[in-house]
Amino acid sequence: MKADATLDCIGLYCPMPIYHTANKLKELEPGQVLEVLADDEGIKVDAPAWCRATGNELLGIEEEAGSYKVYIKKTK
Amino acid sequence: MPEKVTLVVFSGELDKALAAFNIAIGAASMGMEVSMFFTFWGLNIIKRNEGSIESRGMMRKMLNFMNRGGSKRLPLSKFHMLGLGKWMMGKLMRNVKSPSLKEMMALAKESGVKFIACTTTMGMMGISREAFIPEVDSFAGVATYLAEAKEGRVNLFI
Repeated sequence: MKADATLDCIGLYCPMPIYHTANKLKELEPGQVLEVLADDEGIKVDAPAWCRATGNELLGIEEEAGSYKVYIKKTK
Repeated sequence: MPEKVTLVVFSGELDKALAAFNIAIGAASMGMEVSMFFTFWGLNIIKRNEGSIESRGMMRKMLNFMNRGGSKRLPLSKFHMLGLGKWMMGKLMRNVKSPSLKEMMALAKESGVKFIACTTTMGMMGISREAFIPEVDSFAGVATYLAEAKEGRVNLFI
């Protein structure tokens, strides 16, 4: 999936991935896509929850070899 | 209007403080407005680390000597083992790049989390405002907490 920006959260545990995601997304324009790289499996459930709570759109989560790529579209 | 989260931080142990700040930072990252009310032993978390705590009266002097507080002096609620357990927990946290309590407090502050110190406990224990870190936003009582908690979607007692 194509992204406008990438955020590396490899090696980070809760709450750091969502903390960095929230801050990184502030730098983006509505409609742009952020790619978050993470290896804490909690992100699979936390990213959708974060998107539901903040009203941003989760485009998808790709999993490969124990790490995850999360795609979030900024909606507002 | 953002949703409100209120946390009553009653405990003065490192592990419980970490849990409280974890939730506070998480909530702020989800766009929520967070207030942390530090009361009783929880006041130890927001005391400054330097200097002694000045107070009047022998019982208060004794209490503030034994209950000095400060973010770097907090014990673990389990397996503290005279500080050995705390040292090991710190090492495990650093191994997985978890922020320290001091770092979490700074992140919370940057995220707009409000720190409120309970004046009733301060009065009873004889702790003055000077005993606290400058990041404390206000000094207040239960009415302030309840006024916030009433509008809160998440209210926790830690």
